[in-house]
Amino acid sequence: MRMKGNGSMSPVPLLEIRNLHVRLEDEPSVEILKGIDLKIMPGEVHSIMGPNGSGKSTLAQVLAGKEDYEIVEGQILFKGQDLSDLGPDERANSGIFLAFQYPVEIPGVSAMQFLKAAVNAKRAFEGQGELDAGALLRHFRAKALQINVPFEMLKRNVNEGFSGGEKKRFEIFQMAVLDSVLGILDESDSGLDIDALRIVSEGVNSMRDGTRSFLLITHYQRLLNYIVPDRVHVLIGGRIVKSGGKDLALELEEHGYAPFGVNESAVASA
Amino acid sequence: MTSTEEVARLSHERREYKYGFVTDIEQEFASPGLDEGTVRFISAKKQEPEWLLEWRLKALRKWQEMTEPTWVFLPYGHPPIDYQAISYYAAPKQAPKSLEEVDPKILETYEKLGIPLSETRALLGIEGGPETPAEARRAVAVDAVFDSVSVKTTFQEELKKAGVIFCSMSEAVREHPELVRQYLGSVVPYSDNFFATLNSAVFSDGSFVYVPKGVKCPMELSTYFRINARNTGQFERTLIVADEGAEVSYLEGCTAPVRDEHQLHAAVVELVAMKGAYIKYSTIQNWYPGDETGKGGIYNFVTKRGICKGDDSRISWTQVETGSAITWKYPSVVLQGDRSKGEFYSVALTNLRQQADTGTKMIHIGRDTKSTIVSKGISAGEGQNTYRGLVQMNKGAHRAHNYTQCDSILIGDKCGAHTFPYVDIRNPTATAEHEASTTKIAEDQLFYCTARGISEEDAVSLLVNGFCKQVFSELPMEFAVEANKLLAVSLEGSVG
Ligand SMILES: Nc1ncnc2c1ncn2[C@@H]1O[C@H](COP(=O)(O)OP(=O)(O)OP(=O)(O)O)[C@@H](O)[C@H]1O
Ligand SMILES: [Mg+2]
Repeated sequence: MRMKGNGSMSPVPLLEIRNLHVRLEDEPSVEILKGIDLKIMPGEVHSIMGPNGSGKSTLAQVLAGKEDYEIVEGQILFKGQDLSDLGPDERANSGIFLAFQYPVEIPGVSAMQFLKAAVNAKRAFEGQGELDAGALLRHFRAKALQINVPFEMLKRNVNEGFSGGEKKRFEIFQMAVLDSVLGILDESDSGLDIDALRIVSEGVNSMRDGTRSFLLITHYQRLLNYIVPDRVHVLIGGRIVKSGGKDLALELEEHGYAPFGVNESAVASA
Repeated sequence: MTSTEEVARLSHERREYKYGFVTDIEQEFASPGLDEGTVRFISAKKQEPEWLLEWRLKALRKWQEMTEPTWVFLPYGHPPIDYQAISYYAAPKQAPKSLEEVDPKILETYEKLGIPLSETRALLGIEGGPETPAEARRAVAVDAVFDSVSVKTTFQEELKKAGVIFCSMSEAVREHPELVRQYLGSVVPYSDNFFATLNSAVFSDGSFVYVPKGVKCPMELSTYFRINARNTGQFERTLIVADEGAEVSYLEGCTAPVRDEHQLHAAVVELVAMKGAYIKYSTIQNWYPGDETGKGGIYNFVTKRGICKGDDSRISWTQVETGSAITWKYPSVVLQGDRSKGEFYSVALTNLRQQADTGTKMIHIGRDTKSTIVSKGISAGEGQNTYRGLVQMNKGAHRAHNYTQCDSILIGDKCGAHTFPYVDIRNPTATAEHEASTTKIAEDQLFYCTARGISEEDAVSLLVNGFCKQVFSELPMEFAVEANKLLAVSLEGSVG
């Protein structure tokens, strides 16, 4: 799987999106993504910003393998491999993690039980045997410390009764537990209090090691003060209309999306 | 074992009903058909006293006037059962006295089923996952019923020291006739219903438990029912009496070989709880369900009822029903004593072309009686799942209370879930609460799981296990682990 590109010296991007067009499976007339190009090298942090309804979560979910969307055109390469034939579970086990904008509650299933299934699925995928209960617990405890979430969270049912902020923190914790190489964080900063934002950011930063990459979807420049991005992209109407360095986020914060021809009332109704 | 081998083994295990083998031993049969001669034959085989033979014959005469119930909701129906084509008695030729005398092939059978008949402190039918804490590895006493007879009851001596009687019904008739005579048919009379009446005429064996005053039974008791012989029915009868202040937890498991023709299982279970007594009765029913076209499988027509006879007594039924072609079963509680409690926790899963019509009856007679009903129905494949329940509060049931929660989950679009709740309140101070829901496996929940690397199939079984948690948490630890695994296996092939 981990092949270097044809002996050439240029390193393989961790994620490469080429001219991606996506529409709704049930409503083929609606094209949500209209030709996205994006290249993330190992170790890089990219950020996507854009108005409500511009297609950010759609992009995130398509990367994770959600089936409601149909890829009409274009390609997604992960470590140089086309992802189109891989189901969401195989993508996750290959190292892609999506921190959901709206994490889902799973009644009756404890976080512990859930993560045990996830960890062992990944190990099976890698040809390893299951972790025994002791080793699992040690792993969970270590990650809980690293990401700074209370271990007690693991005894509760997945996201059931979690506050908005707890849900977001639990997502980051899962990412750490699964040791993913590509973290796609869909508004993980929304709804976090000031301390939680710092804690979550520190958690993400603690995972940065020069090989792991992150795609941060956010509405707020504030997050990017904590996790400093290499590139910032502006997604509007299903297209990346501008890319730049971290200063682009400051520009957006100041002027909004109006300079890109976005009419405020139109955005509100999107 | 490498993980690929492990995966291959697991997927093989999953695709097959792994208890579907046949044990090849010499057996003695009653010739097919049912008349007075058959009943006399069975009674004579067991050297029963005259009163019991008379009781059986009364039942037979009653049964001959009865017709099979037609109110059961079975969308696929079933071919008529020819009661004259069934053999009503099958027993291994050698009747064993001690473990050494049990036919090694039978021992092997129970070994394969994971049921230890030697008195090692092993678990019942479980390989023991990491979830099982060491303290849960208590000894379990087993009564093993093979077709029509009990082949072995373990830990009898140890139980005797505590004053607990745990033996086969045949042995109880011989050794404790006064107790059997007093309670047999006292909860489910011989004339109760078509299948119970049939059972009363021809019942062959089963388990008997008596826990004396004030005794908390020191270990889990269990009966493991195995149908082996072709063309025979299994008609066992279980009677559990907990005297004043006594407590007992009893487990029951069932499997049968894979066969193309249907086989009939018509059991009766009676529970009697005296003042302050507590009986917890758990079932994991995994009879052969038939194939995806509805061929073969067990007809499981069972009458289970308990009476909370004394004040402050409590009876709790927990069932996990995953097998059988047809299940027809309503474990019920008659709440006679004041402040007595009745509970029914049920998971019923129908996959393939299985049909289940199951639920409970809670009959409130005493004051301040309470009942709780939690039913979780899972329908997959072309399975049809029906909850049928009756809550009845009689005139004298002052301040009686019932809580019913009835949830169904559908996997796929060829299956069905149906509920028939009946409530009959005749006392103005009595109250009943009812909650019900029917859901599909939610796409967003599935995606959330698969996006974490969990396969779709494992995700479904994880979600369904979550759905059933309320019921599984009522099971003794050993069975809870088993139930989780069984559910995963029974859901095999229901997605994708
Ligand atoms: N499954 C779906 N069914 C119907 N419409 C959809 C679906 N998924 C996305 N859309 C539509 O596609 C557009 C993009 O949605 P998306 O969720 O990707 O926006 P977003 O950029 O994440 O917005 P926000 O900032 O509000 O989270 C919206 O108009 C949305 O209504
Ligand atoms: Mg979004």
